Amino acid sequence: MTDMSASFVYVTYIRTTPDKVFEAITRPEIACRYWGHENISDDWQPGSEWRHVRTNPARSVDLVGKVLESDPPRRLVLSWANESQQDDPAQFSRVIFDIDQQDRMVRLTVTHEDLQPGSGMLKGITEGWPLVLSSMKSLLETGQGMDL
Amino acid sequence: MDDDKVFKALADPGRRRLLDRLCEQNGQTLGQLCDRMEMTRQSVTQHLGILEDANLISTVRRGREKLHFINPVPLYEVYGRWIRKFEEGRLGLLSDLRQQLERE
Repeated sequence: MTDMSASFVYVTYIRTTPDKVFEAITRPEIACRYWGHENISDDWQPGSEWRHVRTNPARSVDLVGKVLESDPPRRLVLSWANESQQDDPAQFSRVIFDIDQQDRMVRLTVTHEDLQPGSGMLKGITEGWPLVLSSMKSLLETGQGMDL
Repeated sequence: MDDDKVFKALADPGRRRLLDRLCEQNGQTLGQLCDRMEMTRQSVTQHLGILEDANLISTVRRGREKLHFINPVPLYEVYGRWIRKFEEGRLGLLSDLRQQLERE
């Protein structure tokens, strides 16, 4: 069994549809409105690369990885590493988006696992995910994301 | 989710302690969480139920075990709704005060 002490499971309930949540993750023109970043991939198909690009004139690539699973609009699994650490396989963690319709809400679960204990990535995502997810909820429910 | 549930869940020291314990080490079983808590296993189970209902923790089944994870997302929603709003008010007051003092 994998050590789950360096794993996180974030859950948010959003009044929207699974399609909208999937698009909010995978479509750059939506992600930039709540994440301050865009997630870019040619086709979001398993095996394809994706990158996490800051929405600013410099367009810096902060994260890179591959699409491991894709089942729109229910599930997306990505490998995930800092762009500067992509040569070290040990630095790749895994992010799973599970999108479930529950009544008129969507339950979005983000599981981030295989993180290196004590790493900068662990610290960064601990602060980052709750903000990103509450900003996504805000955008999808009110049309207004938070300034990240 | 419901703000009321979040505030009610946080209104109990035992439940806040459980959240602190998960903050120290995420992904614990019920057995691990009962350790060093001065309450019965049944009370811990009840408290965890209230925290999960408020979406402050999430649970995942791994094999035979159920692991508990802290979920701070609703806290950020409460923060956005309540705390940030008042901070803006206070900053506004400070800036009014400064303008007034600078005019004098």
